[in-house]
Amino acid sequence: MTFSGVLQLVIYMAVLLLLVKPLGSYMAHVYEGTSGVNRVFRPLERGIYRLLGTREDLQMNWKTYALAFMLFNFIGLLVVYGLQRVQASLPLNPAGMGPVSMESSFNTAVSFATNTNWQGYGGEYTMSYLTQMLGLTVQNFVSAASGMAVLVALIRGLRGRTAQTIGSFWVDLTRSVLYILLPLAALVAIILVSQGTVQTFDTYTTAQVVDATALTNADGSAVITQTLAVGPAASQIAIKQLGTNGGGFFNVNSAHPFENPTPLSNFVELLSILLIPAALCYTFGKMVGDPRQGWAVLAVMVIIFVVLLAGVYLAEQAGNPQFSAKVDQVTTEFNPGGNMEGKEARFGIAPSTLWAAATTAASNGSVNSMHDSYMPLGGLVPMWLMQLGEVIFGGVGSGLYGMLMFAIVAVFIAGLMVGRTPEYLGKKIEAYEMKMASLVILIPCAVVLIGTATAVVSEGGLATIYNPKPAAHGFSEVLYAFSSAGNNNGSAFAGLGANTPFYNTALGLAMWFARYWLAIPTLAIAGSLAAKKVVPASEGTLPTHTGLFMAMLIGVVIIVGALTFIPALALGPIIEHILLIGG
Amino acid sequence: MKANPNLKTNQGIDWRQVIMPSVLSIVFFTLVTGALYPAVITGLAQAIFPRQAKGSLITNADGTVIGSELIGQQFSNPAYFWGRLSATSPVAYNGAASSGSNYGPLSPALIGPDGLVQSRIKALEEANAAGGVTVDTPIPVDLVTASGSGLDPHISPAAAQYQIARVAMLRGVSAVEVKALVDQFTEGRGLGVLGEARVNVLMLNVALDKQYPLPAATKP
Repeated sequence: MTFSGVLQLVIYMAVLLLLVKPLGSYMAHVYEGTSGVNRVFRPLERGIYRLLGTREDLQMNWKTYALAFMLFNFIGLLVVYGLQRVQASLPLNPAGMGPVSMESSFNTAVSFATNTNWQGYGGEYTMSYLTQMLGLTVQNFVSAASGMAVLVALIRGLRGRTAQTIGSFWVDLTRSVLYILLPLAALVAIILVSQGTVQTFDTYTTAQVVDATALTNADGSAVITQTLAVGPAASQIAIKQLGTNGGGFFNVNSAHPFENPTPLSNFVELLSILLIPAALCYTFGKMVGDPRQGWAVLAVMVIIFVVLLAGVYLAEQAGNPQFSAKVDQVTTEFNPGGNMEGKEARFGIAPSTLWAAATTAASNGSVNSMHDSYMPLGGLVPMWLMQLGEVIFGGVGSGLYGMLMFAIVAVFIAGLMVGRTPEYLGKKIEAYEMKMASLVILIPCAVVLIGTATAVVSEGGLATIYNPKPAAHGFSEVLYAFSSAGNNNGSAFAGLGANTPFYNTALGLAMWFARYWLAIPTLAIAGSLAAKKVVPASEGTLPTHTGLFMAMLIGVVIIVGALTFIPALALGPIIEHILLIGG
Repeated sequence: MKANPNLKTNQGIDWRQVIMPSVLSIVFFTLVTGALYPAVITGLAQAIFPRQAKGSLITNADGTVIGSELIGQQFSNPAYFWGRLSATSPVAYNGAASSGSNYGPLSPALIGPDGLVQSRIKALEEANAAGGVTVDTPIPVDLVTASGSGLDPHISPAAAQYQIARVAMLRGVSAVEVKALVDQFTEGRGLGVLGEARVNVLMLNVALDKQYPLPAATKP
């Protein structure tokens, strides 16, 4: 642990928390239609609804809302699939990318439509500029906005009014994109370009290398040029960070100097990961008329996050004891120290591990260092943060609606303890809500464990493990992949060769289940709660903004995550750690 | 809150609000976020930060592009400063196929006797021998590990310091002069606190060649 390292983590949390209230309050006004921008752009907004064949005041019940969400996402998925298949004959393809294979296109289409943004491909040698823009960037916006819309619908169900409807998907989607994501993305994109992130439609540049004797090709000839892959990257990176998407423009994502050139760009990208998920907690509190409810949920997220962040930071800063004694891993003002394998010199340990924790706490999945090369316990933390169900901040919208499912379970358990009908925010939690909340919590667990188990007993699953020695690390690669896909994260132990028919298909299905089988029960709860009358709080009501409730909620999240995944983690990172310290 | 006239009960589905708006929304948002947004950002970027937007390219005296300030290059001649290890394929520092090594912390390919770390230690010691210098400080960790991108243009100031004596000797100049050049290409932490201090290896080597050209004998 170093002073400058800890200072960076503290500054990050401070800046993040300072932005929660202003942005959260703005978003609440945007969804209520009462913000300044709503008033200014109302004529334009109305025009858009007319264009889309809808109206601002056409309310939906939960089934209509869910179908609109599903169909819109499905058509988007088809567009991304189609673009990849035919990109060779479309414009804006200066590097001459060929068509992407069927199963890889399927995987990527599901991946981006479900806000996972798992990448089985390397951007700079697979996707044309047109595919990156019209396919991937668009889904970065609308899959994020879809998650936010589902959350807002759930909030409408929870707040103290009785209604048959939960809002309009089209209104929530449009407002999320136009008033929240687009302006923030434009701002972040320009900041990134100022730091050196590329943004151009020019083709790849060829440079004459400085030392033409340093490298030889396979045929023995000298390597005299370096091809520099560029493209319209900044615009896509801004939204991939803000929308908890995470799919990089280039293969190594935000470790690439053209995606993330300086410590400052790194800070802005890091902030963009947790900004909206954190601020939505305040939006929630404000929309239900009691900001304390939002702060309580946010506090739970922050507490779990900080503890796990400390874990990954300490593991990586300690370095690799197996390195030769000739190597200096001690941190000084001039030496980053620690485990630098897979990390960039401009970032060092603290910003790399902060990113690893933030990107897996949120379902972002972008990386600025290679998680596969993390120390065993360093790699365990991001894996477990995903396995907790992507509710510690989580995806934009989806993280908070996931956490609210845990809150429902927590009040239910508390209700059992004192023998009263549980209620949350004045709405009674009954058998139907409990069933749906249990589905939301259990489906990702099942997907992760069944997927991993299937992969490690099948030839296709074992064939592309990159680090078979020790076997525990190979197992971790597979467990990480399914934890990532089954919770819509998208980061990877990237050694695993995932661009194979087996993984493209298996992980594609995992992402699909994890997204829609969670959003639909969530909307069902929204519809059911919306229709209920508000029960006035009595002496027996458990207040849900107190330290007691926060402790309950932390307990439920941690216990579910631990009971479900510790056996699997024991086979991977924990064994590997024992091997490491045992020599 | 107005009731939706197309919905009689909570159970029905208003298909008119599902099908056409789905299709039209995809078209609309594709145009706005997929075409308009990147085009406007590109326009702004090219207008305000043209150099950065095109990749921070560096050119030599006759205007030929010799690399990007942000993308490292391979150096194996001991008279140059060496950068991070690069795991890109088919050759190191392939700017069109970024990649980390992705070796696990216990992988024999990383820590084994012929692994990444040991081979690099050996290469550095051989380079020191070629320069006729002995360096008795341990090797900074960033010099024996592969970067995440495989394109990292930087090393730590400690890693540069480790190589100063060797480079100075092979170029026939004093270590003080080389140190001054290293300092010139050392950047501090972002805003004084973010990330790590670092030395841009490519820029440093270009400047070295300009100020202290290689003696003809060691030229390739």
